[in-house]
Amino acid sequence: MSRFSTLLARETALAWGRGGGPMVSVGFYAGVATLLPLAIGPEPARLAAIAPGAAWVALALASLLSLDRLFERDYEDGALDHLTLSPVPLELTCAAKCFGQWLATGAPLALAAPVAAIALGAPLSLTPLILACALIGGLAFAFTGGIGAALSLGARRGGLLTAVIVLPLFTPPVIFGGGVLSAFLSGLPWTAGFVLLCAYALAFVALGPLFMAAACRNALS
Amino acid sequence: MIRSLELRGVALSRGGRLLFKGLSLSLGAGEACALTGANGSGKTSLLRAVAGLAAIEAGEVGFGGVDPADARAGGLHLAGHQDGLKPARTAREELEFWSVWSGGDAASAAGAAEALELRPLLDLEVRRLSAGQRRRLALARLLAAPRPLWLLDEPLSPLDAAWRERFGAMMQTHLAGGGLILAAVHDPLPIAARTLEIVGPEMGA
Repeated sequence: MSRFSTLLARETALAWGRGGGPMVSVGFYAGVATLLPLAIGPEPARLAAIAPGAAWVALALASLLSLDRLFERDYEDGALDHLTLSPVPLELTCAAKCFGQWLATGAPLALAAPVAAIALGAPLSLTPLILACALIGGLAFAFTGGIGAALSLGARRGGLLTAVIVLPLFTPPVIFGGGVLSAFLSGLPWTAGFVLLCAYALAFVALGPLFMAAACRNALS
Repeated sequence: MIRSLELRGVALSRGGRLLFKGLSLSLGAGEACALTGANGSGKTSLLRAVAGLAAIEAGEVGFGGVDPADARAGGLHLAGHQDGLKPARTAREELEFWSVWSGGDAASAAGAAEALELRPLLDLEVRRLSAGQRRRLALARLLAAPRPLWLLDEPLSPLDAAWRERFGAMMQTHLAGGGLILAAVHDPLPIAARTLEIVGPEMGA
């Protein structure tokens, strides 16, 4: 367990070390959320209607940004070799890297999500729910994203390939999360969608590391 | 745990090209073997295959009855050109992380830093180290977490003459404690070691 936590600490530190990576994601998020009203028009009524959905899609896109380096850097500099020579199964190592990604990038983005939604005109009462959705959705984004990052190891322009692999896997959380937010705003029951979002995230926390480890082994050999 | 390393009729290929076949070696506790061969002959690939990072085409790699998965999980160190050290982290952070990851702790990392005279460098970022200092940091991992089998890929190349000699003494100590060393080299090792030359499939066995 101490190995797992030191790796988690290292991953988080590395994410913050590489040019303030998480802040870049948050900045990108703010940028996308600001661009949308410019394209759609500034009428508050129209903006308020799309605010939760827009904040949610922008969050998914911002989560993509730092994914491509998740395994690539360790693969190139040999750290992945050394990480495999340990009693820690590679699956758990991959899980630690994704949890690190979530702590470093997912959590700051989740904190920014209510701000973006409210700036676009969503009511204040949405804050706790969008924060919860962004935290859980961020977990799903990190673990599905890890699969794409591991599969594109060694490919040229791996970052773009990661995005293409990962975006289809992002669809269910985008649908569930967007559905939860709009159901809440129109006073409809939203718990079912929220539970589905949690189930999707947990399924990938459990299954994602198996795919990632297989992809890493394949890339190393 | 690992008392011996046996290669029996190992064949390796890379990118569809057969590098060598029929390679056999038996290494016991306290023994070292220098792998030689031309550039591209497959020395690094063989070390990676022993570490389980590359698949072998034919033959067997054995660790004297120890399950290969256990042997690779805690019985061997691989030290090569790709040292996995992050340029933006300090030498201390990196050494302590790899020490814990390989089964040591902060105290054993400090001991290893002492042995390789890294103490004055520990607060520097890895990017500020010279090639030789960086190699010493990578080699400190071998001492920070004791493991019986050392797989070394050109361990001496960036080191100066004095450090080559001192690392030779460290290898000697490791062997005296029952360790095993398989090292890919171009220059002779500074210790008594057998030599195994890798030759291509058209020339060899």
